[in-house]
Amino acid sequence: MVKIHGIGASDGMIMGQLVLYQPDKVKVEKYAVEDAESEIQRLKEAQQEAVNSLNKVYLQSLKRLGEKDSMIFQIHMMMLQDEDYTNSILDKIRQENVNAEYAVQETGKEFAERFAQMDSEYMRGRKADVIDISRRLIQCLAQKDGTKFCLDEPSIIAADDLTPSETMQLEKSKVLAILTRNGSRTAHSAILSRTMGIPSVVNLGDDFQKLRDGMNVIVNGTSGDVLLEPNEAAQNTYQQSREEYVRNRNELKQLLGKKIVTRDGRVMSVNANIGRPTDAEAALENGADGIGLFRSEFLYMERDSLPSEDEQFHAYQQVLQKMGDKPVIIRTFDIGADKQLPYLDLPQEQNPALGYRAIRICLDRTELFKTQLRALFRASAFGNLKIMFPMIISVEEVRKAKAMIEEVKAELSKEKIAFAPDVKIGIMVETPAAAVLSDELAKECDFFSVGTNDLTQYTLAADRTNGKIAGIYNQRHPAVLKFLEMTAKNAHAAGIPFGICGESAADPELTSFYLKIGVDELSVAPPSILGLKKRALTMI
Amino acid sequence: MQKFTYTIKDEEGLHARPAGLLVKCAQKCSSKVTIECKGHSADAKRLFAVMGLGAGKNDQLAFSIEGPKEDTDCATLKDFCTAHL
Repeated sequence: MVKIHGIGASDGMIMGQLVLYQPDKVKVEKYAVEDAESEIQRLKEAQQEAVNSLNKVYLQSLKRLGEKDSMIFQIHMMMLQDEDYTNSILDKIRQENVNAEYAVQETGKEFAERFAQMDSEYMRGRKADVIDISRRLIQCLAQKDGTKFCLDEPSIIAADDLTPSETMQLEKSKVLAILTRNGSRTAHSAILSRTMGIPSVVNLGDDFQKLRDGMNVIVNGTSGDVLLEPNEAAQNTYQQSREEYVRNRNELKQLLGKKIVTRDGRVMSVNANIGRPTDAEAALENGADGIGLFRSEFLYMERDSLPSEDEQFHAYQQVLQKMGDKPVIIRTFDIGADKQLPYLDLPQEQNPALGYRAIRICLDRTELFKTQLRALFRASAFGNLKIMFPMIISVEEVRKAKAMIEEVKAELSKEKIAFAPDVKIGIMVETPAAAVLSDELAKECDFFSVGTNDLTQYTLAADRTNGKIAGIYNQRHPAVLKFLEMTAKNAHAAGIPFGICGESAADPELTSFYLKIGVDELSVAPPSILGLKKRALTMI
Repeated sequence: MQKFTYTIKDEEGLHARPAGLLVKCAQKCSSKVTIECKGHSADAKRLFAVMGLGAGKNDQLAFSIEGPKEDTDCATLKDFCTAHL
């Protein structure tokens, strides 16, 4: 038994027989041509044929994978017809009097080399695209029937590199896994194997030479490990973890769309915490009942200037549309403390966690807050939006923020811009002050959501970023749990829902406590949703 | 001649998909469209040339649009950049 290692490019574990991938390679010979123009005519016909055959692959892919993942074949068609590429081939035929196959091969090499020298890893990966199209064109010139590679039975495929069109043409039901000598996680074929759900390990390097046709191998696309001719013990371990993996996944998948209804008939929703608009997809795939926390500050980070109203509007609109009628709670920006923005030029503070942050910035730099509120209300027309304010410590702050909302609504009405009339407004309960005043705050809000990370930090006076006191920072501390219980009671007395969106929402030790105090909503990272639902279902 | 600049916001920069879409958009314009980025310039109607700019996130693209329909073409390209890059 030999263990080799590459980069895990597509998750999953599988055992099977190895087949070395040998596409129908055409050997290109160089010879002189007398009539360059008729050689060029031959090239043009082959070019057309190559575009037509790619168009077929594109249409096939469109049906199976959708537009986004099929775009690469359109790019290939454009590359094949690109003026610079074509001119380079024509020049070689005319000036060097060589045959078209050779001119294509040389041009392909030159263009591939250009990509190989570029700075970005992604662009270097495009070298494979140029080689792919050039090979296709050569095959058309040689009148060979392209890459015919048939698998008799389900197998693990090993190739130096797989081009996107080669990956696409593989029969999905017969490919157990894909191994490559070269390639990266960002290569298109890796992206395609992830979309198709085929486990894959890339970049095996020199170890690739140890692979032989017909070998029995175990592929772990998550860790990047590949076992060659595994012994009995390794096979048994594999069988066990494979069974467990499949069982767990299937079991959890059964819970998709399942609601958690407690014995007294209340629904506890399990929502997703997200940071980017595109995360909404992962939320839905993992069975989220809604978005419990969209951290809007991520739209402000990793850039040089504030996001405009339009930019924000598009981001919020995207999430709301994706989620349909499911609720989406967007938290207004929580900037400051551990999330600094260089372009805002906020002064250094001695105690940032206790300083100028979140709602405190909003109510001071009202122009920033207003831009966000306008974007939010404009987006509200496209789904089920709820807005939540962070770091609240007083009733007065909530009233001020709500007054700004009224201003924004009046402006939008005047400008005849549509917005939802009844957007629910809630607060994060993440300061001891908010928990203690939760009875009064409940009268001003439509919902509560507890941010347990900060609530723990402020209640226990324990910096959550200080590793030295990590043992003291305890989200299950009785004082924190008492605050939760008290806030839940006050929320319910006022008839508003009570949720938790901090890390500890996913804490398995606390699920039964949450059910007991009547939590209406838990919001966690998308991959944790189904596991949490499963646990809650065994407790009700 | 019309000119405008645009700073790329897409995480991956002007990679294959957006470059392809940009070239398609430019090919629909009757004007001559040139893009300058980091000291290199490219004909916006040629895919390899545009990809060859190697433009990444936060890089600035300077567009020059010249032709009888340069005003409308400029607007088309501006809209495209805001929507896709």
